[in-house]
Amino acid sequence: METTYIGKPVLRNEDERLLTGQALFTDDVHLPGMLHVAFVRGEYAHARILKVDASAARRRPGVIAVFTAEDLGSYWKPGPLLVPPPPIERLVFNQRTQVPLAKDKLRHYGEAVAAIVAESRYLAEDAIADVIVEVEPLDAVVDLEKALDPGAPLIHEGLNSNLAAHVIQEKGDYHSVFPGADVVIKKRLLYDRGTAAAMENRGVVAQWDAASQQLTVWDTTQAPIPIRNGLARMLGLSESQVRVVAPFIGGGFGPKIMMFYPEEVLIPWIAMQLKRPVKWIEDRWENFFATTQERGQVHEAEIALSADGRILGVKDVFLHDTGAYDPYGLTVPINSQCTLLGPYSVPNYYSEFKAVFTNKPIVTPYRGAGRQHGVFVMERLLDFAAKELNIDRAEIRRKNYLSPEDFPHNHQIIYQDFAPLVYDSGNYSPALDKALEMIGYEKFIREEQPRLRVEGKHAGIGIVSYVEGTGIGPYEGARVTVEASGKVCLATGVGTQGQGHFTAFAQVVAEQLGVDVKDIRVVTGDTREFNWGTGTFASRGAVVAGNACHAAARMVRGKILRLAGEIFQTPEEDLILEGGRVYPRNAPQKALSLGELAARANPLRGAVKPGTEPGLEATAYFGPERGCTASGVHALILEVDPLTMMVEIQRYVVVHDCGRVINPMILEGQIHGGVAQGIGNAFYEQLVFAPNGQLLNASFMDYLLPTASEVPNVENAHVETPSPLNPLGVKGAGEAGAIPTGALFAQAIEDALREYDLEICEIPLSPNRLFELVKERVPQNIEVTLATNEH
Amino acid sequence: MAERIQISVRVNHTLFEREVESQLLLSDFLRHELELTGTHVGCEHGVCGACTVLLNGEAVRSCLMLAVQADGQEITTVEGMASPALAGALHPLQAAFKEAHGLQCGFCTPGFLMTLIPFLKNHPDPTEAEIRQALSGNICRCTGYQNIVKAVQLAAKRMAQSA
Repeated sequence: METTYIGKPVLRNEDERLLTGQALFTDDVHLPGMLHVAFVRGEYAHARILKVDASAARRRPGVIAVFTAEDLGSYWKPGPLLVPPPPIERLVFNQRTQVPLAKDKLRHYGEAVAAIVAESRYLAEDAIADVIVEVEPLDAVVDLEKALDPGAPLIHEGLNSNLAAHVIQEKGDYHSVFPGADVVIKKRLLYDRGTAAAMENRGVVAQWDAASQQLTVWDTTQAPIPIRNGLARMLGLSESQVRVVAPFIGGGFGPKIMMFYPEEVLIPWIAMQLKRPVKWIEDRWENFFATTQERGQVHEAEIALSADGRILGVKDVFLHDTGAYDPYGLTVPINSQCTLLGPYSVPNYYSEFKAVFTNKPIVTPYRGAGRQHGVFVMERLLDFAAKELNIDRAEIRRKNYLSPEDFPHNHQIIYQDFAPLVYDSGNYSPALDKALEMIGYEKFIREEQPRLRVEGKHAGIGIVSYVEGTGIGPYEGARVTVEASGKVCLATGVGTQGQGHFTAFAQVVAEQLGVDVKDIRVVTGDTREFNWGTGTFASRGAVVAGNACHAAARMVRGKILRLAGEIFQTPEEDLILEGGRVYPRNAPQKALSLGELAARANPLRGAVKPGTEPGLEATAYFGPERGCTASGVHALILEVDPLTMMVEIQRYVVVHDCGRVINPMILEGQIHGGVAQGIGNAFYEQLVFAPNGQLLNASFMDYLLPTASEVPNVENAHVETPSPLNPLGVKGAGEAGAIPTGALFAQAIEDALREYDLEICEIPLSPNRLFELVKERVPQNIEVTLATNEH
Repeated sequence: MAERIQISVRVNHTLFEREVESQLLLSDFLRHELELTGTHVGCEHGVCGACTVLLNGEAVRSCLMLAVQADGQEITTVEGMASPALAGALHPLQAAFKEAHGLQCGFCTPGFLMTLIPFLKNHPDPTEAEIRQALSGNICRCTGYQNIVKAVQLAAKRMAQSA
């Protein structure tokens, strides 16, 4: 399809503001008379609160107020359940949501106990030490595998265990596979916690204007509209009295879609109580436990195959760590359960999980949102099977791919969007072929690797496949307005955290209206501008909001053509819309600018036809019947230094299929960034908790984020299998880069260190952990290796 | 209450005279006293590099300095990068970041730009390894650094041509 703007690497509209320091982030909001909040946070992961004494803090000069749970009165309520459990038979779900300030008990380290409001942030922080929190420490539940032990400390009253949920999903009959199975492989696989570490910490600024009875809240949220609606309900205001602005956000990655954070509930309430603007900005230390995290799961997984490498069935039983509360329902473990099936035909599947409460920070989606775990389990099982059956790693994958005629493919289980897990479209082999060719798979295995081994170098190759369920509902909306200046305003409800919405959405509209992308002003994340929608999550912005922009732009295009047709007395199909002008095909000299047309559509005097809608404006919504499934293949060549167990990545190839591409430059950026986070997750980043639940590495000095020295250049290629579920044919891409990296690392490291016959069943790794794994395998060989390398 | 001290600091060629608390961080002084909010704060312990500014031309972390230590010094922030002579046109480095898609959320970007100004001055024709080494003290969570490296290469080329 011929396009003018869609599919082009258009430079971003938002960049100049960001590059010159003019873009507004939440902490940049300064208001006259603004007060500042610091939170007193519990210093135990599990403890009974005996007494909170804030009297000394209240006496400190500069402190305006201190609020404890008791001071909140009837405003103190556990938060809402953000995502209810999907309709799965026999499902058990125990809802226990976070509270604004801890009242009787601390359930994870750093839970907020009191809010100190002062004339400056410095004063508020100084006053933290004045507040005395008397507690009776309790044993903490830290290891998720011990959470359900009889006699484990109970985290929530009213429950007789720490079980948060129990879910079984089945397809076919796993037990029927055994008579025909030639190989059955069973493994225990672990995936541990990390943190999203967006460069901007969270923050909330609230201003109550008593004169206009309006509350304005600036919030680092990925979901400004639901935050507005919820705040209005909680504060007893009309939705029209509350404006929530999610301005420029310094990275989201999932944790900023969590709602309601205690601080989000408290800061607007405090502003109304004190009738002064109030600001709270999280610091990095707080971000390590007051912002949600993800990843902890333990899987006992089993795969049955025929001798020729065909998957007969998979059984997976896992534990999922939901942290101290479960406000995000079951999104993460359901994603793990569903994404495990990957691009493969799996005729029989049994998947059972138990989610457990632990005395650790709350778990909600972080880029990948449980998909990593499923992919890790399946890809590792296939690697072990390939080895056992002596089949090439790429070939065992190809052999089990769904074929193009299998689509739509119903996996017969329920996905996170409550709809059956049905893949809309896909074509997996071309991506595999392309990745094999780009990385030079055959040549590396046949020639380079043997040569490198002779030189004493431990180089390995990896190749893995995955799918990403993206673009789920329910819906998003957009309003497109052609203004009398000829410029176009596009407003949509989803917030933006760096994904290039100001440009990609403008491209979609430009395509319909024939105006330059630069002439389209995109407004996102301000409920005064657009107040229907849900938010930016699940790689859905381009799919759901993108198609809403497309629909609204189509409607405006229709209005332009109708009006111009009347003016020119020309049939609509004979009109040309380009360069911000409209004209009859055979009379370009008559061209009218869209601005002139917009002015004519909005007359100041005279009569219009009955039923006329003024202006060139339209609002439209898009809600897909279900999500669309993107896919891809990642391949990597790395070298392990056997002395230090440091890994150096030499090549990293991504072949990705997210349907039709709106902006390849932005898409590749998303992939690069996802891969970097995947690499961090695979080899550098791990949250380490002490047995008492205290986080031991809550700073960037101790929690290692990958830098420019660790992240390689990623070589990208695309396959385009359009989605039939939306008019643009797009699929989501936000999480793809991060999803398969752990599995890929494990495979390539095993290959590089093949003389140790490692079986890597855990992520994250680290040089230390890798050293231990090698040592466990063949302790006597360590010294041999060291000796060899000294020569 | 902390002691208040009179300071005089030249920021982006403008002289500011203020009385500040001795404990006030330079980052907070720039952001909240002068409202130059282009300098961002990501970790407040000197690791992420988002708050990097130029102190007498050298890249420093403004979260690790007190405002009083900047007394009598010359500071440049991201707001001072675009040349007034060019009517606010983007600095070649800023333009290269845009062209190479070297930023996504843009939060860490001012720190990267400030780190790179003295680097490119000292390394007008840097290798990729030198660039990556120079960037390794700044954390970006969005881009995977690849396009930042490209942007630096592009800027170096352009700046060499116009020099």
